[in-house]
Amino acid sequence: MNVEQIHDKLQHTFGPWLVAHDFAAVDPWIEICAEGLPDIARYLRDEPDLAFDMLHCITGVDYFEPDAKKAAQTDWQPHVELLYHLSSMGNRHRLVLKIQLPRWLNDKPGQLPEVPSVSDIWSTAEWHEREVFDLMGIRFLGNRDLRRILCPEDWAGHPLRKDYEMPTEYHGIRAR
Amino acid sequence: MVSMTELISLLPIPAWVAYTLAALIQSALLLVVALCSAAVFIWLERKVSARIQDRLGPTRVGGRFGWLQPPADGIKLLLKEDLIPAAADGPLFRLAPYISFCATFCVYLALPFAVGWAALPMNIAVFFILAVAGLEVFGVILGGYASGSKWSLYGAIREAAQVISYEIPLALCVVVVVLLSGSMDLVEIGGQQAGWFWHWNLFHDPFTFVTFFVYCTCALANTNRAPFDLPEAESELVAGFLTEYSGFRWVFFFMAEYAAMFVVSALGATLFLGGWNGPIPVCEWLGLTPEHGGLGTWINDIGNAILGWIGMKSQLDFAVWLGNLVGMCNFIIKGVLGATCMIWIRWTLPRIRIDQVMTTCLKYCVPIASAMMAGVMVWCYMFPDGVVAYVNRPEAAMEKIETPPSAGEAVKPVFKQVAAMSQPEGSARTMLASPSDAVRGSQMDVRAIGEVER
Amino acid sequence: MLTERMDPESVEFDVRTDEMLINMGPQHPSTHGVLRLVLRTDGEVVTEVTPHIGYLHRCAEKIGERLTARQFLPYTDRLDYLAAMNMNLGWSLAVERLLGHRVSEKTRHLRLIIAELNRIANHLVAAGCYGLDLGSFTPFTWTFREREKILNLFEEVCGARLTYSYITPGGVTADLPPGWLDRCEAFLAQFEPVIDDLHAVLTNNAIFIHRTANVGVLTPAMAIDYGVTGPNLRASGVDWDLRRDGEPLVTEMYEGYTWRVIAPINGRYPDDHPYPAIPKDAVVGDSWHRYFVRMLEVVQSMDLIRQGMEKYSRAVGEVDKPFEIKKKLPKGTAYLETEAPKGQMGFMLIGDGSPVPWRVRLRSSSFCNLSVMGELCRGVLVADVPSIGGSLDIVLGEIDR
Repeated sequence: MNVEQIHDKLQHTFGPWLVAHDFAAVDPWIEICAEGLPDIARYLRDEPDLAFDMLHCITGVDYFEPDAKKAAQTDWQPHVELLYHLSSMGNRHRLVLKIQLPRWLNDKPGQLPEVPSVSDIWSTAEWHEREVFDLMGIRFLGNRDLRRILCPEDWAGHPLRKDYEMPTEYHGIRAR
Repeated sequence: MVSMTELISLLPIPAWVAYTLAALIQSALLLVVALCSAAVFIWLERKVSARIQDRLGPTRVGGRFGWLQPPADGIKLLLKEDLIPAAADGPLFRLAPYISFCATFCVYLALPFAVGWAALPMNIAVFFILAVAGLEVFGVILGGYASGSKWSLYGAIREAAQVISYEIPLALCVVVVVLLSGSMDLVEIGGQQAGWFWHWNLFHDPFTFVTFFVYCTCALANTNRAPFDLPEAESELVAGFLTEYSGFRWVFFFMAEYAAMFVVSALGATLFLGGWNGPIPVCEWLGLTPEHGGLGTWINDIGNAILGWIGMKSQLDFAVWLGNLVGMCNFIIKGVLGATCMIWIRWTLPRIRIDQVMTTCLKYCVPIASAMMAGVMVWCYMFPDGVVAYVNRPEAAMEKIETPPSAGEAVKPVFKQVAAMSQPEGSARTMLASPSDAVRGSQMDVRAIGEVER
Repeated sequence: MLTERMDPESVEFDVRTDEMLINMGPQHPSTHGVLRLVLRTDGEVVTEVTPHIGYLHRCAEKIGERLTARQFLPYTDRLDYLAAMNMNLGWSLAVERLLGHRVSEKTRHLRLIIAELNRIANHLVAAGCYGLDLGSFTPFTWTFREREKILNLFEEVCGARLTYSYITPGGVTADLPPGWLDRCEAFLAQFEPVIDDLHAVLTNNAIFIHRTANVGVLTPAMAIDYGVTGPNLRASGVDWDLRRDGEPLVTEMYEGYTWRVIAPINGRYPDDHPYPAIPKDAVVGDSWHRYFVRMLEVVQSMDLIRQGMEKYSRAVGEVDKPFEIKKKLPKGTAYLETEAPKGQMGFMLIGDGSPVPWRVRLRSSSFCNLSVMGELCRGVLVADVPSIGGSLDIVLGEIDR
């Protein structure tokens, strides 16, 4: 099945949750709403002719340009994006799910945006979500063990955010 | 027989000084042997492992072959900082290495390097060795417990679990030989295996042959070496009970391990491989035994003549001394070969798991050793004079079993014991009637010193 | 909540009296780097294992947002430093995928030879270290001896022995030096009998079988659920190899080569090989199979290299030169997974029209392979933890990035 057909199949059941798609991209993607993620993910995994049994990767991308001059030239509004790379071993097809989130929950800086976890659908998501939470600052609701994974537990900030600033000091160690 | 005490008795000094001097010299000699064996094995381990692993090993210290590497290691370790973790139990932590080393060293006291050449001739030498060698474990457990580290504690617990697994089959294997020889005296056990190598206990019957390999397995476990190095298990427990030890305390554990390697090889050699007796009875041909003849008489005459020439009147038995020297070489060669096999095994096999150690020792070694013990009993009952005698005149052998043995009869000791089960009064007589050579030897020493005093 | 420090006493508090929490690592001989495992043990039985990672975190993804695609290449060396060529290849292919670039025939074969040679080197380290984890030191030195010879070949090719930066976006930094193919063939010829030695000292060894067979059994469903890939996945009986099943950019490299994916299907390995039979205690998906799949892949890689050398010497033209350092990346996203020795290594880059990618994402195979560790180590003995960890063949440089 190619992405178009997958999209058609999803359209049938989850029409309102599908936001956008691009079938011509290098990696064709379908964008969905955050609240639809658990249902769509479960459907993608369990439906026999989809059977996306493997979640390869969860990626967080921060779309934000700290430089005001450059920010004016961008064709997007600041947001963060989640990419889920899925594949099916049996059916040999791939899919990229995309979710757009606000950079901060309710636009209050410091409040992390939230998205439902898929760790109960693909166990591998647990660590990937922890990593995205750690480095990108996205809270995954339903992840049993949402701790930092690569940075120390008491690290401040989320390094892969574009406006992240390295702390000058960490426990008496000069960091910059 | 020329013993150390006898030699010293020739000097014009009081008896108590002579005794103390003899004891000190013997201890010092043994300490040298123990430390040298540790040093040699450390070097050997490096070289053998290197060759197995396609390396060269130490090549530079001391010129060729890196033969001075162990002292160099020792100096390095002496200069290391002596660390005691804050959480450790200081006194116990300090005590543990000495317990280990002393226990291993004490075993050397009972090892017969040749006829009568044991520092402490004992008629219960086998029992002594098993008991004292078992004490080494306490050092390990104590060290692990006192280190204040979880890894060390794990090492100690594993050692405790391992010791109850291997001690039982090890003792059973030793009992097989004791049963065969009818003695717990290592000098006696060794002496019975004199002659060609097929007189060795290893080739006595199929059961002892199997027992030897069970003994090897348990002895390997006894030394805590791979594949039984669970208390150390560097890939699991960092370094097990040794984790928190450094410098010279660590060296003591290390030397204890290497000295123990020699101890179990030497004990195995005495029990199964003829002790100080070479595979070919060269010494007997040359007359270097107490029976003399040939070259032996010559040597004695020449030696005593020289002593008489410098003014010492003596009847010393130089021939036996020379024979003992050859015997000691045999003994040490066997011990070193055993240790080399251990090194070879260590660098070949992976480590087994704690449950597999227990399975090996308790589920396989104990039943096998028990069966072998029963087998040896039956064998000795059936063929008291050996298979050859039985095949030649089976009815004669059977006659012997039926007639009660008398004190002077030259029958195998175990046969006496087996017979004793049916005739208790006869057995008591036979067993009392054979005091060991060593006891006799020590009595002679006392007599000699008494004469000097007079 | 996250900014306050975890109080060690509050961690210990929920330990029952007969339980013990032990820190295995980050300074531990057999965690293959700075991995920290917290074991909750009841005597020798491990009830729970929690991996803690990040001690080697070097912000590779953040660095990628500051450098051009070619400048980032040396950083990929430092991911899986035991298979740096494969990391280079993965990154180069991902960049080429974004650019829609195809390398020449000769470059393709050259890359394949180099990548498969590095696969052998990696599997040698895996097998040797696995022996070490089980307490057998000697195979480790033997495998490292052979690996040294591969490193010598790499040194001739690119001057480096560990971090090569040889396969670059666009091509390779240099063609093979004269006579290299002969030396490579000589290496393969002398290496073949060594494999038998390794089988003798490990695969066939009774203790080795006892320690690995039926230990840490990873079922296919669990493997896929946890995103376990590479030899670990194949050892569970899943017939999946990106060299055959991956994106066209990856599979094209292997076009014209004859080879079969090595996985125990129905308890049997595909090809008739002269190597030891599967011991009767072994279960598909256990540590023994994970080890054995690697050993068979070594032989397979040798075969691929021989085919590659033949194709390379017949190919005409020059090998491709790398892109210029400041080559602009088009707008768009490209994600590509390649079959690295340790599993499927994914590289993603988002281009925004400038030479510097907007975002770089590294999907680490070891990261996913390690995540199943907690599941595999439930209820095993303490001695099995290094054994299972070693059989997963992880490298912390790749996990922590």
